[in-house]
Amino acid sequence: MTTTTRKSAYRQGIIDSSPFILVIIPFATLFGVLATEAGLNVLETMAFSIVVIAGAAQFTALQLMQENTPTVIVLISALAVNLRMAMYSASLTPYIGAAPLWQRALCAYVTVDQSYVVGVSKFEREPDMTVPERVAYFMGAVTPIVPLWYVFTLVGALVGTRVPESWALDFAIPIAFLAMIAPMFRTAAHVVAALTAVVVALLAAGVPYSLGLIIAGIAGMIAGAQTELWFERKGAPK
Amino acid sequence: MIETGTLWTIIILLGIGSFGLRFVFTGLVGNRAMPDWLLRHLRYTAVAILPALVAPQVMWPTATDGVFDIPRAAAAVVTLTVGLATKNVLWAVFSGAATLYGLLFLLG
Repeated sequence: MTTTTRKSAYRQGIIDSSPFILVIIPFATLFGVLATEAGLNVLETMAFSIVVIAGAAQFTALQLMQENTPTVIVLISALAVNLRMAMYSASLTPYIGAAPLWQRALCAYVTVDQSYVVGVSKFEREPDMTVPERVAYFMGAVTPIVPLWYVFTLVGALVGTRVPESWALDFAIPIAFLAMIAPMFRTAAHVVAALTAVVVALLAAGVPYSLGLIIAGIAGMIAGAQTELWFERKGAPK
Repeated sequence: MIETGTLWTIIILLGIGSFGLRFVFTGLVGNRAMPDWLLRHLRYTAVAILPALVAPQVMWPTATDGVFDIPRAAAAVVTLTVGLATKNVLWAVFSGAATLYGLLFLLG
């Protein structure tokens, strides 16, 4: 384990997550704009993005606060939106659980959808990476994302103009995630997991507190695990 | 109007809660071995959660007030197909974006 391989892992992380730059900019700007419109000053808006650092949960909290929802309900709703982060944490543990505590804490703070998907797909592809390389790669993957999240929250709060809707940047998020997930379908079990999760997510879209997503995720994971077991019992190649 | 006290309570508690969710396994389990059945499920976390996150946005995009939109749905299909075929993230992103803007322009 040398400094050079850590540095190159870090650089590779930056390169691999750079497609998300286009996603983060309009999303962060929009949060800055909406928070300002809701009456938050620049300090409060920035504190929100820096302390919470979770797009969808921030939008949820902001919306509910404006509707004068009781604080407890705001917290439960926003944390429910973020519940998938606990699943990301579990899924990252086999890869970076052996890192020093401060590094795990730092990785936890910057675990967002984008850094998670970039990180976990790399760790799956290259099982021989060392733990320090994985941490370096993960930190690389957040480098184009998290600073831009702060900066463009600020831009949105100060400038107050959102990216025009006709640019259709709302759809940058689904496109970026789909592009990132596609290479991860390495076995039939992965495909079954994804299809199950999609069907359940659509059926459970009306479940309150965004819990439909968690139900769909767990259903997909069970389907994937069962498919894997089924292939193992058949003795067929996975 | 949101009260300052309430706002800061929410920012701080939400920050602690979000960090807690992100740290719960990497922090508490750390280097200890996890049971095989759990690891088997965790292998499918990414391919289950992310498609589940995206699917409703593809079917009912916020930008169209939840009305099914051909350019967006087509862009999703093209992105996934190119991604599966080429295993190349950038090609998938560019073909998806080209489909989206092409169809938005044509059907505009």
